[in-house]
Amino acid sequence: MELLANLQVGFATALTLQNLLYAFLGCLIGTLIGVLPGLGPIATIAMLLPATYALPPTAALIMLAGIYYGAQYGGSTTAILVNIPGETSSVITCLDGYQMARRGRAGVALSTAGLSSFFAGCVATLILAAFAPPLAEIAFKFGPAEYFSLMVLGLIGAVVLASGNLIKAIGMILLGLLLGLVGTDINSGVARYSFDIPELSDGIGFVVIAMGVFGFAEVLVNVEQKEAREIFTNKLSSLFPSKADFKRMIAPVLRGTTLGSALGILPGGGAALASFGAYTLEKKLSKYKAEFGKGAIEGVAAPESANNAAAQTSFIPLLTLGIPPNAVMALMIGAMTIHNIQPGPQVMSSNPALFWGLIASMWIGNLMLIILNLPLIGIWVKLLAVPYRYLYPAILVFCCIGVYTVNNNTFDVLMTAAFGVLGYIFIKLKCEPAPLLLGVVLGPMMEENFRRALLLSRGDFSIFFTRGLSLTLLLMALALVVMVALPAIKNKRAEAFQEE
Amino acid sequence: MKIRSHQDFWTGLLFAATGAFFTGFASSYSMGTAAKMGPGYFPFWIGLLQIILGAVVIISSMRNSTAEERIARFDLKSLVLVLGAVVLFGLLLKPLGLALTLFILIAVSSLASHEFSWKATVANAIVLISLCFAVFVWGLKLQFPLWPSFFQI
Repeated sequence: MELLANLQVGFATALTLQNLLYAFLGCLIGTLIGVLPGLGPIATIAMLLPATYALPPTAALIMLAGIYYGAQYGGSTTAILVNIPGETSSVITCLDGYQMARRGRAGVALSTAGLSSFFAGCVATLILAAFAPPLAEIAFKFGPAEYFSLMVLGLIGAVVLASGNLIKAIGMILLGLLLGLVGTDINSGVARYSFDIPELSDGIGFVVIAMGVFGFAEVLVNVEQKEAREIFTNKLSSLFPSKADFKRMIAPVLRGTTLGSALGILPGGGAALASFGAYTLEKKLSKYKAEFGKGAIEGVAAPESANNAAAQTSFIPLLTLGIPPNAVMALMIGAMTIHNIQPGPQVMSSNPALFWGLIASMWIGNLMLIILNLPLIGIWVKLLAVPYRYLYPAILVFCCIGVYTVNNNTFDVLMTAAFGVLGYIFIKLKCEPAPLLLGVVLGPMMEENFRRALLLSRGDFSIFFTRGLSLTLLLMALALVVMVALPAIKNKRAEAFQEE
Repeated sequence: MKIRSHQDFWTGLLFAATGAFFTGFASSYSMGTAAKMGPGYFPFWIGLLQIILGAVVIISSMRNSTAEERIARFDLKSLVLVLGAVVLFGLLLKPLGLALTLFILIAVSSLASHEFSWKATVANAIVLISLCFAVFVWGLKLQFPLWPSFFQI
């Protein structure tokens, strides 16, 4: 059993005291920011990226991954108790979770969310461990043409599955691609779009863009709004679901896990889409249709298991192909490059301890989260009472220090402020910024593979269509575009995102 | 023709302008051929694509079938205070050192809140500055200028 041997390597790595500590720290921070509305995992990971410099790469990645799936747990706590989704992926949990809380079943809702997430996390970790090696095998057959086509598919997938205006989303990707091209061209050594500013010749830092467009812009929008929160904390007495509750949970959790795992792997998928899909599916299949929206336990169990499963399987394209399926994974690529690890199929063979350690740590992290969450719910609830006027200066402080320490450079801080303005404009123009971040990361990779492919074919563009694997990927991208353009599906899609 | 969706109109303009910017400057770099691309090749075409896309968004913002939409008001006061505080941090960190600059960052940005009070802000600043020194300076041992440069002779 190779899988078992690999997992053994993984657990040996993940169970060292240092890595356990950082997994714990990651889960703790993740839950914390999940609970705090107005601070998402993207901004937090960007903020903490520089702080992981000093850590060994394995510990750094374990911690950052912990933040991501920890945020999925924390987000549901606020969704249930306050009807404020801490994360976009827990928007759906508000529907039935909050209703359960209003009926005095807050404790049951919270433990249902926790247990479903834990189960889904365990399954998804196994899926990740089982599917990553064969996928990496395929990835080794990829040439530059295939990589280019794969990135096209990834980017198209990201916009098709994202909500909102399709053309605007493509525009945001292109904008990201262009921003990613600023800096010295590695082939010719020419500094592009740097206008003799030395700080720009290395390119615009990824952290700068992420923090400005996500971190600062989110703060600006939240400061605008007046505070009004109502917290449901009265009765948290009965934490554990009854036997009847368990019976009703089983099938939704299984379906949610399956759907979430599948959607997580898809480019552009991820936790938010998965939870939405699982809820819709459950509503169609459930025997208790009438209870949905009024506190059905299935309405908590299914989306919660789906978002956690998706959060974990979205690591598959990252770890096997080196291609991020969503903005958080784009940041993980940033983290890997900071530590001089080239993301891609070779990670598994060149850094087996890191690869399997990360996977094993996810399982351990899930266990920690359930221990962390259920008994400590009271503390998390208290945190919710921290007014935003204390919170946002703290966010700004961590952002500024984070940006500064990447290069010990104050110019980066000023640039982040500029991107904050841009991010604020995006929000006012209703442009979803996540595709931009994907573009920034993929821009240089795409150009490099595009160049190499055409160099090999001596300028013949047909190389993208004559190689079977590349053609298949491009056809899949085309199929996605056609699918969305069809009127019937277009309306369904609009309807689906409306409900959200 | 009348602009119906102001959001889309300005988005399209933003896209077209950035596309034009990148395409325009790309032609000042060497273009090369498809087989041997110069640094200008890829940005030139992506920029061009972006111009076209921008034009499409602008045109669709004027179609009669488009729902009428205005842009929500910009809260300039918060924008200037919050991001101004960040700019001050960037400009003053080297001359004034971390402790003072953090205080300025926290104080100025707090002014943007609807419920500002000096007492709470100072308390918040003391807590945050101590935390930063504990975590970043002593814990992670990151390098900062800590105190004003004119103190150290």
